[in-house]
This record gives sequence, structure tokens and C-alpha cells, in this order.
Amino acid sequence: MATQSVTREARSSSWLRRAAKPYVHPYVGGILLGIVLFLAFFITGNGLGASGGMNRLLVVVEDAIVPDHVDTTPYLLEMAGGDRNPLDSWVVFVTIGVVIGGFTSGWLHGRLKVETNRGPRVPIRLRWVMAFVGGAFMGYGARLARGCTSGQALSGGAVLSVGSWAFMFAVFGGAYALAYFVRKLWN
Amino acid sequence: MTPFPLTLTDFLGHWGSYIVYLLIGFAFGFVLEISGFGNSKKLAAQFYFKDLTVLKVMFTAIVTAMILIFLATALGLLDYNMIWVNPTYLWPGIVGGLIMGVGFIVGGFCPGTSLVAAATLKLDGLFFTLGAFFGIFLFGETVGLFEDFFNSSYMGRYTLPEMLGLPTGIVVLGITIMALLIFYGGEIVEKIVGNKTAPSERPRWRFAAAGGLVALAAVVLVIGQPTTEDRWEWIADEQEALLAQREVQIHPGELLEKMYDKRLNLVMLDVRDEAEYNLFHLLDARHVPLADIKAQTDDLRGEPANTLTVVMSNGEEDATEAWKILVAESVPNVYILEGGINGWIDTFASAEFKAAQSPADTSRDQLVYSFSSALGSRYSFARPLLHEFELEYTPKVKMKAKSGPTSGGCG
Repeated sequence: MATQSVTREARSSSWLRRAAKPYVHPYVGGILLGIVLFLAFFITGNGLGASGGMNRLLVVVEDAIVPDHVDTTPYLLEMAGGDRNPLDSWVVFVTIGVVIGGFTSGWLHGRLKVETNRGPRVPIRLRWVMAFVGGAFMGYGARLARGCTSGQALSGGAVLSVGSWAFMFAVFGGAYALAYFVRKLWN
Repeated sequence: MTPFPLTLTDFLGHWGSYIVYLLIGFAFGFVLEISGFGNSKKLAAQFYFKDLTVLKVMFTAIVTAMILIFLATALGLLDYNMIWVNPTYLWPGIVGGLIMGVGFIVGGFCPGTSLVAAATLKLDGLFFTLGAFFGIFLFGETVGLFEDFFNSSYMGRYTLPEMLGLPTGIVVLGITIMALLIFYGGEIVEKIVGNKTAPSERPRWRFAAAGGLVALAAVVLVIGQPTTEDRWEWIADEQEALLAQREVQIHPGELLEKMYDKRLNLVMLDVRDEAEYNLFHLLDARHVPLADIKAQTDDLRGEPANTLTVVMSNGEEDATEAWKILVAESVPNVYILEGGINGWIDTFASAEFKAAQSPADTSRDQLVYSFSSALGSRYSFARPLLHEFELEYTPKVKMKAKSGPTSGGCG
């Protein structure tokens, strides 16, 4: 009897609320990520991306609300001008895939949990504000640099683009330069 | 013929091909999540030297992918010309990178990882994602103010081996060794600053993995990357047959018709020497001597998908050599002007012009006609009027869909 209830408990925990499993070793994660990146290039000729897809998803909304504005802004026009469909791009589907893949893994490994990760001394609302502010910087910078960590640093880095390597050092440089001044956010 | 990358649209259709991207994205998101990239604390710890997971995962991924990619190109399985190499816009990239660095340390994510965090219900990830959308929106609205800067310091497809003037294999091996040294240093720093002492975090297999990467990188170096000649050898049988069956030599009449076809982006390359080009050439033909053709292949591959490239010399010999280089370097839709410039003049020049000619040198690839002055394209037959000629010919141009990425990066 006792064993049965344990099994049932284990089964129910294995469906919705799984026990949180530890992350994989960084080098294992890196090798797996490298294989995914290689397969992306090998099969499609394209690398990975995220911010480009977010950009296009945003443009869909803009195009629905203010189509005239989209048609008169050159940067937006390229994606959604006239009868162009901003969703008609590979990077949109990679981006959607990232969300589904992240969700699936989080669910399988018991990490699907409503929470806010923050430094020990940071109030939860401040963390939200900082996340939004940081996101805004990140979004702006990623478009200026024509790609984010995935589209520029990972993808361009692996195929030896000069600009991507310069970009990568700039990202780490910027973050390290500021890290000391915002240390209270994280420590 | 190098079989990869695949032209996905050929067998999956336009929208169908996106399923593959969805699967790639799925794998990408999955791997980010199992590596801990959905957790902002883990990401931020990188910048306080406590937990160098970000550095380890990113550089391991770059090195692994780099070695596999250049191994595949060395073996002739993958065409490096056909994969997307982010074009270099040096300063916008650096300034954008610095801004992103600020966003990274303040917000705790980058765009891809914030999506994974939001997907696993991390509220900070959700707020970051919303912020990223806002930043992207702001960029779209303000880029018009500094468009010149946004498009400045453009260097095109510019790679580290080109910049360093070293063979690709050396660069691949060098980066691999550099990354391993950084990991070694990083682990020492982690031991000092962080609180990681568990030996399970430093398993022995990582030495074997490091050795494997170096060995593979050495193989890449030993095999070397294919030259244009190697690339031609791979496709020579099939392509020589096309030349022999005259499938790729187009009649002057067909070229004339293409000159007037507004749906096409016609690129005409005149490979003769400069003096001959100055004497006479077709209107809008670019002068590219045979020796410089290879340097043009990057630009030609970057032309839009509706691009038709026609090469020409006096006869056909030099044009055929140029054609071989372009085809070997994966430039799509390349044809040769049948009979060359001589054939063109023969077809389109006026009777008076031809009557005034004395038969000239007709040996290998020489200009048969003589010109008293170098008027270039200011002859009526440099661009004849389409309706004045009714010519019979077999059309040979078949525009092929562009394989490989049409727009890449985070476009």
C-alpha cells in the first residue's frame, strides 16, 4: 500500500509539478548549443536569432494600428511596407520556437514556476522596473547592432565575422564596465 | 556539388520551410533553458566572476559550431559561400554592443534568454521582454535621426581569416586554443571568487572534450578550405556537360530581350582588357578583367534573387573561364554571351558599319571589328532597340531560386 501511494505521488509530480532538476553542466550545454547552431547553418544557411523575430512581431502590431506610419518610416517599411508580411521571415519562426522550446524544457525539468529572480536585497518591484529598463536598452542596442547575442555573437562568431567578434567584446565590455556600479542589484 | 545548405523552399514550399526554423528555434530554446539561461541570477553572476556559466556555454557553443562548420566546408559538404555571415558595420555594432552590455547587467537577460525566462513564467523575464519590445519600438522610431551612423563603417562580408591574412584553419585552431585557455583561467577565478568547491562541477571528461575539440580543429587545419579550383573540380563533370551542350551560352537576341525585361536585375560583366572595353561595350556592362572576377563573387552573390549575370569577352573563351569561376563560387544564374562581342556586333551593327570593316584578326578571342575611336557604349548597337530586331533563337535562361539565405542575421 505504501509503495503504491508513493508511486502515485511520483506520477502526479511527474506530470504537472515536477521536482526541479539541476541545470546541465555548462560545457555540456555549450556543446549542445554548438550542435544546434551548426545544424542551423548546415541545413538552412542561417544561424540563430531572437531580437529580429521580436522586431517583426512588434511590427505586426504597429502595422495593424498605424499602417500609414509604417508605410512612411523606411526602417519599418522594409518589413511591412505595402502588402509585405512582417511574419514572412525565418527569424520569426526561430523566435516562436525558442519560446516553445524554453517552455517545454522548463516543464520537463520542473522549472515552470511563477517567480522573480533577483538579488537578495532588491525589492520585487524594483527588480521588475530594472528588468524593463534593461530590456529597453537591450532591445535598442540589439537593433542598432543588427542582432542580439544570438544573431550576432553566437551566429556571427561561429562563422568568423569580424563585426560579430567586435560586437561580442563590446557587450561583455559594457556589462563588465557597469557591473561594479550596479552590484547592489545582484549581490 | 556541395549538398548543404539545403534549398528548403524546393521541397517544403515557402511557408513550409519555416517548420524547419520552428524546430531549430525549439532546440535553441530548450538548450538555453537546460543551461540555466532562463535564470537572471545565473546570467548576472557572470559579471561578478562568481559563476562563469554564460562565458563557458557561449564560447563552447561558438567553438563547437565553428569547428563543425569549417570541417563540413573542408570536406565539401557545406558551401561557406551560401551561409549567412553577418556583414560588418563596425561602429554601429560596437556602440550597439555597449548599449546591450548596459541592458544585460541592469536587466539580467539578453533578448533570447528573456524569452526563455518568460516562457518558464519568470516575471522578471516577462518584464524584460516587454522592455525589449519597447526598446525595439523606440529604435524603429528614432533610427531615422542617425541613419548615416547606422549605415556607417560598412565592410561587407568580412571575416577574421581575411582580416588577419591567415588560413581559416589557423584561425579556427587559434580560437579553439584561446577559448580553452579562457576556460582554464575562468575556473581558477571561480575557485577564488565564487563558492564552488564541489569536484562534481569539474569532471574529468572535460579534458577529453577539450582534447577532442583541439584534435578536430587540427583536422580542419590539415584538410584546408577548398579553393576555387577545388570547387570547380567538384562540379566539373556536370558543368562541362552544360558547356558542351551549349545550355549556358545565350543568343545575342535573348540578351537583348533581357536588357528590356524590367523584372530582372541584369548584370553584364565584360571581361576583356580595358582598351577593348573603351573601344566598344554594351550599355551598362561592367568592366571586370578576368583576373578580378573572383573578387566580385561576394558582391554578385549578394545581389537580389532576380539577378541574371551574363559574362562576355570578344569570342567565348575568356567569358567561359569567367563563367567557370562564378559557377564554382556559387553565383546563381550565370550565362555566357554566345559569340561574344563579335557575335553581338555581327547581329546588331548597321550594314554601313560592317561594310566599312576590313576582316581583322579572327584568332582566339580577339576583337574582329575595328573602331577608329574609343566611344565605349555610345554606339547605337550598344543597346539596340528591341522592336527593330526579330531574331530567332532558343531561349536558354532559366532563373533558379536562390539557394541559401536571402536575408540573414537578426533581420
